[in-house]
Amino acid sequence: MIFACRNVWSRKTPLNILNRKTTRFWQFSTKAVKEEKVKFPGVTESYFTDKMQFIQSVNPIPTYRVMDRQGKVLDPAQEPQVSKEFALKIYKDMITLNILDLILYEAQRQGRISFYMTNYGEEAYIGSSAGLDSQDVIFGQYREAGVLLYRGFTIDEFMNQCYSNEKDYGKGRQMPVHYGSKKLNFQTISSPLATQIPQASGAAYALKRAGNKNCVMCYFGEGAASEGDFHAALNLAATMQCPVIFFCRNNGFAISTPAFEQYKGDGVASRGIGYGINSIRVDGNDVWAVYNVTKAARQLAVEENRPVLIEAMTYRISHHSTSDDSSAYRSKEEVENWMRFDNPIVRLRRWLENKNWWNEQEDKSYRTFIRKEILKSFSKAEKLQKPSITDLFNDVYDRPTPNIIIQREKLKKLIEKYPNNYPLKIFKNEGEDL
Amino acid sequence: MNVSSLSFLRKFGRIIKPKNIKSTKSIFGTRIFHKSFSSSTQSPPPAEGFMPGVSESKFIKNTSEDAMNNRELLEFGVLDGETKKMNLFQSINDAMRIALATDETAVIFGEDVAFGGVFRCTLGLSEMFGRDRVFNTPLTEQGIVGFAIGMASMGHTAIAEIQFADYIYPAFDQIVNEAAKYRYRSGGLFNVGGLLIRAPCSAVGHGGHYHSQSPEGYFAHTPGIKVVIPRSPIQAKGLLLASIRDRNPIIFLEPKILYRAAVEYVPIGDYELPLGKAEILKSGKDVTVVGYGSQIYVLENAIKMAEKKISGLSCELIDLRTILPWDVDTVVNSVNKTGRLVIAHEAPQTSGFAAEIATTITENCFLRLESPIQRVCGWDTPFPLVFEKFYVPDAIRCFDAIMEVVEF
Ligand SMILES: Cc1ncc(C[n+]2csc(CCOP(=O)(O)OP(=O)(O)O)c2C)c(N)n1
Repeated sequence: MIFACRNVWSRKTPLNILNRKTTRFWQFSTKAVKEEKVKFPGVTESYFTDKMQFIQSVNPIPTYRVMDRQGKVLDPAQEPQVSKEFALKIYKDMITLNILDLILYEAQRQGRISFYMTNYGEEAYIGSSAGLDSQDVIFGQYREAGVLLYRGFTIDEFMNQCYSNEKDYGKGRQMPVHYGSKKLNFQTISSPLATQIPQASGAAYALKRAGNKNCVMCYFGEGAASEGDFHAALNLAATMQCPVIFFCRNNGFAISTPAFEQYKGDGVASRGIGYGINSIRVDGNDVWAVYNVTKAARQLAVEENRPVLIEAMTYRISHHSTSDDSSAYRSKEEVENWMRFDNPIVRLRRWLENKNWWNEQEDKSYRTFIRKEILKSFSKAEKLQKPSITDLFNDVYDRPTPNIIIQREKLKKLIEKYPNNYPLKIFKNEGEDL
Repeated sequence: MNVSSLSFLRKFGRIIKPKNIKSTKSIFGTRIFHKSFSSSTQSPPPAEGFMPGVSESKFIKNTSEDAMNNRELLEFGVLDGETKKMNLFQSINDAMRIALATDETAVIFGEDVAFGGVFRCTLGLSEMFGRDRVFNTPLTEQGIVGFAIGMASMGHTAIAEIQFADYIYPAFDQIVNEAAKYRYRSGGLFNVGGLLIRAPCSAVGHGGHYHSQSPEGYFAHTPGIKVVIPRSPIQAKGLLLASIRDRNPIIFLEPKILYRAAVEYVPIGDYELPLGKAEILKSGKDVTVVGYGSQIYVLENAIKMAEKKISGLSCELIDLRTILPWDVDTVVNSVNKTGRLVIAHEAPQTSGFAAEIATTITENCFLRLESPIQRVCGWDTPFPLVFEKFYVPDAIRCFDAIMEVVEF
């Protein structure tokens, strides 16, 4: 595992800058090192050259992996030394997430919940949550339910949010999959893309100032990485030396737009280097590779206040969401091939079986068990009422402002006047507490 | 938006153990799901929602003759031509097809535009005109609008799609500080008249905070841009063509709930409808009711209820169509006649566009007003998923406001 661009960080210590033996990232510059140093204030490590050279690319960034697709470890030194219990926790969470997705997706198809997005094919990102401390703060995009699951968000908590019922922490205000958990240090999801990335930098700076030995983990897609906010975030994190890990799930698509139309550079990882950020690319379907890089990134972030960019390469098996039909822009064969030949859950399962930590029978019975649990929770959540109608007006500010109080009164009168116009019965307290 | 086939989903759903999952029924079991729900043929609501009343609306042109009975179309010579049944997204598609066919500099771009767009508005256009004219952009709204401004500054026609109006804010600076001021700040040396930004807007029944917003008010506060919101396929086609060809930057907000719900016989020819001109959809003598976009159909119902309740009552319904610059004369003339005004929009009340209309009418019609002007708007909160029915200015609330101005 190598983090690209180590030398960039040598900027921090002026002594290193003078050390010409530092491995230079830019291949072409080895010769230029002997030339006169540029003194303009805008650069710290440039030398004059008489060769005119436009740089279009540097060496492609390699993709770190621990296991091959069969779950076979490539270099035993890279295999994480984890307990059976730890490995099984990750595996079971991957399966749970998969079944949870299946059931909630179907529920949307039947009109029981209004929307859903699955994690199919990307479950190995759970390895990243395993590489963090539970007090590290998470800023997610929306396709990271497994991170919450790993941290202990219960099936009921997922169901309550997707059903917008009275137990939903978000009080029914946001669409399904917009989870949040204060106790699990998981900031509530917001649909506008990439907005969480600079917020993550700021949160990390706050953690640093508070002296916590914690970092912020920020997830986003390769599509979101095209937003201005992504670039602002990386530059801020670099200049302010924020303990933040940027975790890009590069799943090949942003709705219908393939990654090759999203950018022309070497993926997303190469951009980190431009900002002076330690950057690495990892096989996002290899849970142990994801785990290893996250652990190492966390160390850099927490111990050295260095932001890190991780680009996890994977494939979005599912449609973008329940509003999408991906057969309009990619072939079923392509998707099926990914499912069949590069499946992160299968990979981990093979690894476990090689160790004799898991077998067919255990797999079957765990699946049956967890499916039952999820269905139990599902029907429980479905029966609960929606939040109280007063929650329409709460939390806009810390306390209701005069205009909001007047409007709440107005709605109350309208409901009293036209009770049949409103579906009061499905709401907690049926509007009585307005 | 298209819904996916269940068999496809199931295939993709079964990541490891296909055999474990045979059908919807076997996943859930009838014990847990009510029988009527356990059928796998049950379909979810479409992404753009339902608006049941629209097809019965008197303002929807259900026949070719109906469609042609339109004086605004006279000058375009389309009245003796053909019509075609189209829904809103198809008529928008038709307008863009004509725009590209009649203007070599015209291009269309945005997120997921090439395969037809998430609401299918650009369907078939990249095949018809080529990927250099109809193309996907990277996912960056500020980039999309900035790029469009650049093209327009070179005299080209740039039709930029923002996937949802809720996601237009990254481009706020480009729109408000750049597009809107391009002509003024250069003393008229430069302009971006060829810029048009399309975005789906407003409530759909299940959009929550970020798939429901009506941001017209923000842009209506910006001298230099125009804001247009159509109510139907015929209107959308004519207003969009006019907006594309107008020599000012325009934001064209499309009520997405109407994409499939609103179907009309649309003239297939090339025609425009006037910008800055409201339309009196129904004349009346007692109350002026003003709205735009999908709210028109809500107001139609509210008026029906009020007129049924009070015999002899007649309300005048005005579709503003252009929010900026808005047609003050038509509304002033109407209120001078009726003496009463109700305005409705989905966006929050405080500083919403209704406030502007109310002030202007108070300035112009003060002595004619018989009752305080009523605004029926979204409450001053973010758009809430599960409370949508309580949040939007629905027919009952609009009816109640009409009764209020009548009974004052
Ligand atoms: C600012 C903004 N623009 C557009 C959208 C609409 N949208 C939702 S998801 C999405 C694609 C995101 O792709 P990516 O970041 O690659 O994540 P993935 O869905 O592949 O996990 C788009 C365009 C949005 N939510 N926010």
